[in-house]
Amino acid sequence: MVGYHPPMAALSRSDVEHVAHLARLGLTEEELARLEGQLNHILDQYTILQKLDTEHIPPTAQTIELANILRDDAVQPCLSSAEAVANAPERDRDYFVVPAILGGGEGGA
Amino acid sequence: MGDPTRLHSHEMAALLRAGETTSRQLTEAHLAVAERQNRALHAWLVIDRQGALEQADAADKRLAKARSEGSDAVAALHPLCGVPVGLKDLVGVKGGQATAGSKILEGYVSPFDSTVAARLREAGAVFLGKLNMDEFAMGSSTEHSAFGPTGNPWDLARVPGGSSGGSAASVAAFHVPVSIGTDTGGSIRQPASLCGIVGMKPTYGRVSRYGIVAFASSLDQIGPFARDVRDAAILLHAVSGHDRRDATSAPVPVPPELLTLPASDDEAASYLKGRRIALPKEYFVAGMEPGVEARVREAVAAMESAGAAVEEVSLPHTEYGLATYYIIAPAECSSNLARYDGVKYGLADRSSGDFIADYLRTRGSGFGPEVKRRIMLGTYALSAGYYDAYYLKAQKVRTLIKQDFDAVWAAGFDAICAPTSPTVAFPMGARMADPVAMYLSDACTLPVNMAGLPGVSIPAGLSDGLPVGLQVIGAPWSELDMLRLARAYEGISARAPWRDVEPAELHLTDDPTTPSPAERKARQANAAATGSGGQA
Repeated sequence: MVGYHPPMAALSRSDVEHVAHLARLGLTEEELARLEGQLNHILDQYTILQKLDTEHIPPTAQTIELANILRDDAVQPCLSSAEAVANAPERDRDYFVVPAILGGGEGGA
Repeated sequence: MGDPTRLHSHEMAALLRAGETTSRQLTEAHLAVAERQNRALHAWLVIDRQGALEQADAADKRLAKARSEGSDAVAALHPLCGVPVGLKDLVGVKGGQATAGSKILEGYVSPFDSTVAARLREAGAVFLGKLNMDEFAMGSSTEHSAFGPTGNPWDLARVPGGSSGGSAASVAAFHVPVSIGTDTGGSIRQPASLCGIVGMKPTYGRVSRYGIVAFASSLDQIGPFARDVRDAAILLHAVSGHDRRDATSAPVPVPPELLTLPASDDEAASYLKGRRIALPKEYFVAGMEPGVEARVREAVAAMESAGAAVEEVSLPHTEYGLATYYIIAPAECSSNLARYDGVKYGLADRSSGDFIADYLRTRGSGFGPEVKRRIMLGTYALSAGYYDAYYLKAQKVRTLIKQDFDAVWAAGFDAICAPTSPTVAFPMGARMADPVAMYLSDACTLPVNMAGLPGVSIPAGLSDGLPVGLQVIGAPWSELDMLRLARAYEGISARAPWRDVEPAELHLTDDPTTPSPAERKARQANAAATGSGGQA
């Protein structure tokens, strides 16, 4: 018996909506319907992996054996504040203007 | 000099150093062709005439100064000094666009040079412009570009492959001698194969990714496209090497011999004597076109005749590659693409005034269908309760896939030869309705990314008039040996009649009545909607 939680047979429509919200993707009804079919079709392809017993196989996250990359703690040239914020959709002098995330009401922030 | 656009970069370098041409002349000639043919081919998202000519003039000054200082100064120049190059539009160039083929990055201006751009600038290369690609490098046909598809110069109704389709098509169509692409699951090798040119994915860690738009960080690697192996090696040399700005770039020396692969076909061919080549039986399976299999087997037989020892081997976990890749790559993409939040850069919809609603709208309208699909897959595979079943499981199978390759190197083989793509270039639209059919395009290339190995695709002849690619895969850091082997195959096939065949529909790109790839796609969609069906 393989030692892992077997994948669910299928994603429901509400699963698709939940994952879209986790991913912060605003999807139309049409997109949600299409993705429900497509994601299930793709997930079906994943079931092949259940054939393999991998209980004692270590995972591979990267292929070259580099570890603990350190650098000198030295001052290096970097972007100016103006350059750093130049692509911001909304800015105030050298600051990014961010949306209010706390509470509603009067401006929220 | 003849037509400058038919020259390889190493031929341009010789002429430039001898003072027989100028970078401005070469750049003007390439700009003229690229500008004239781009409507029908749509390889370029932007052609930077003014910037290219400024760089060309600067290169001409460097060349003139070196000539005045003597032969040592000339020899110290990089062979790419004064040579026009193209860059996939995810390579950051200070002051220029880097859309990554996405609406969400439309209008973004790179505040700094990527390391690849900086190294090419230092070499004296001339940036002709930025090349079309599947959005965020996700795709195998360049049809997922938010800015419209690219045509294949061999048959304009077919795809150039992807995701680096613009990089491949521009080189195949003689708009530039060399270009830069990226390869996460085959995005350099597969379009090189479909366009009949050379394309290499180096070892993971060989080329710094600083300043490149990220897709899947344990797989992405930058590499060259060229019309011959020597040019691919020269471009690889220019961009390779450790970079303190990318902690995943490896402190491994860059072999200077990349600049001096043999010019003589016979000398190049002699490299094959005594080489041990492995032929993995799992790469010749159902779904492969007979014409592709025939060309690849003929190429391997020719290498055997030239002195290589060829043996069949097994890479037993090959069949798990696709599923493993399509868990790992989407998982990493969902994490990487979380940065597109409409705050620091990129598209921002702040119309509702509600933080979450604006966030959803920004990403919902900024990303295209394939990117959304992969973000969804990756988010699901990483979500609570499914991480072990999908992502961790895939990482474990990745170990098995890597071990398959390790066993081949341990058995003393120098290289693995395989098809690059199971098929020749497919018609536009043919795989757009079924994501899994599109994913199968990369079945022979993506295991190489998962194992972090170098792989190069080189032309191996034609099937029904369309190019077939031979893939040469090596152990980590063996790029030089793989390119020597590829150059050797070029040497033994130098007199084959197909070597002189130019892309069959290249002449149509000069015809103002030829429809653009986007117009073809629209006609096809109309035909499908009215029920008349069929491929355009």
